[in-house]
Amino acid sequence: MLEKRTDGRKFEELRKIEAKVGIIKRANGSAMFKIGDTIAIAAVYGPRELHPRFLQNPEKGVLRCIYDMTTFSVSERKKPGPNRRSTEISLVTEKALLPVLDLSMYPTSVIDVFIEIIQANSGTRCAGITAASMALAHAGIPMKDLVSAVSVGKVGGRIMVDLNKDEEDFKEFGGATDIPIAYIPRNGEFTLLQLDGEIHKEELIKALEIGREACKIIHKEQQKALKEIYKEIE
Amino acid sequence: METQNENILVKPREIVVPGQVLANGIDYLPNDGTYRDKNDIVSSKLGLVNIDGRVLKVVSLTGSYQPKENDVVIGRIADMGFSGWYVDIGSAHQANLSIRDVVDFIDRGADLARYYDFDDLLVAKIVKITRFKNVDITMKAQGLRKLKGGKIIEITPTKVPRVIGKQGSMISMIKDHSKCNIIVGQNGRVWIQGDNVADEILATKAIMKIEEASHVDGLTNKIKELLEEGRKNA
Repeated sequence: MLEKRTDGRKFEELRKIEAKVGIIKRANGSAMFKIGDTIAIAAVYGPRELHPRFLQNPEKGVLRCIYDMTTFSVSERKKPGPNRRSTEISLVTEKALLPVLDLSMYPTSVIDVFIEIIQANSGTRCAGITAASMALAHAGIPMKDLVSAVSVGKVGGRIMVDLNKDEEDFKEFGGATDIPIAYIPRNGEFTLLQLDGEIHKEELIKALEIGREACKIIHKEQQKALKEIYKEIE
Repeated sequence: METQNENILVKPREIVVPGQVLANGIDYLPNDGTYRDKNDIVSSKLGLVNIDGRVLKVVSLTGSYQPKENDVVIGRIADMGFSGWYVDIGSAHQANLSIRDVVDFIDRGADLARYYDFDDLLVAKIVKITRFKNVDITMKAQGLRKLKGGKIIEITPTKVPRVIGKQGSMISMIKDHSKCNIIVGQNGRVWIQGDNVADEILATKAIMKIEEASHVDGLTNKIKELLEEGRKNA
């Protein structure tokens, strides 16, 4: 069994969090979320007209998420442009955010969310979702609550929260299981739950439990960051 | 009959975020920007709380323009059809300006560009919005016209009421001090025309300052100082 985490953190301790809202002037809403060495920026454009027109929904607005990693975000240069992985993450991000959004006010329109990972050290999809939910709030889109996301997992037989790259690649004592989750603190629902690896049912429940607590901490940071933009001026 | 857990949790004009509980108990009523979740009134937007008796409202501080009937907006001719123009009013959809809704009598099949050409700026009024957010605008009312000369600046539409002020106090003060003609569209577009560039810059500065500090109390005095100082330096 793993005795200590690679960076000396406690098992249910998050990496250092930094959140900032309103970083992109030309966007309707924008936010940055940093957790440890992972940095995600999100920009929201819209509601605006949706093209091609056959994608339009006359009853409510459409959410369109695009997740992308910059070429320099990882140690070996990432080929620019979309790929299988980023297409999947774009889709799960969309599905993680939709339950909190009320798009009935925007028929036939689209709300575009662009998530860019500028530095990656695991948990990028979670950082992306967290940043995107702040950016959506900043863009004035009505939403039930903010979505907070974090990765939990089992590394070397231990349940832990917010895995870093070394832990994700851990090979001994049964290897690593990575479970990214997204959580709505208001009603206690999970909107994202993916699992890569092996884990027992009881351990999964325990992992979700500590993930829930971690999400609550992230949620507080999100709220603080949103309120902060109006404090700067006197 | 009052129960114990009926209370309000926020102060008037406090900045709240989506998902934040504003009040407990069924005595309070939700209005724009809020919703009821069982016993709680919850904010669905980032903005300032407005408490009017038992009714709670959140006035959002960010977001793109949502058309409303009877709004006077500044639009730009984006396209033309057989029976009218399509006008970009800065919202998710283009507005329709029918040939019936202009002051001149226009023959069937006439060249519409002779009246309003591409990229012409108009002050127009919204007459009707359908359920699917089709917007009809008119030029048939007092003060509605084509704009010639001057310059356009864009501000956040939610801050337009602050720029105008109570009974137009703020905007008339800016007009007096800067000696400019100013038209503020509800869609956040502001048209400024002055005798010289310095006047226009002064008016722009004042309006930009209001946008930046729209949530600050005692803004009128600050803008007055700014304008008087700007006059002295000119």
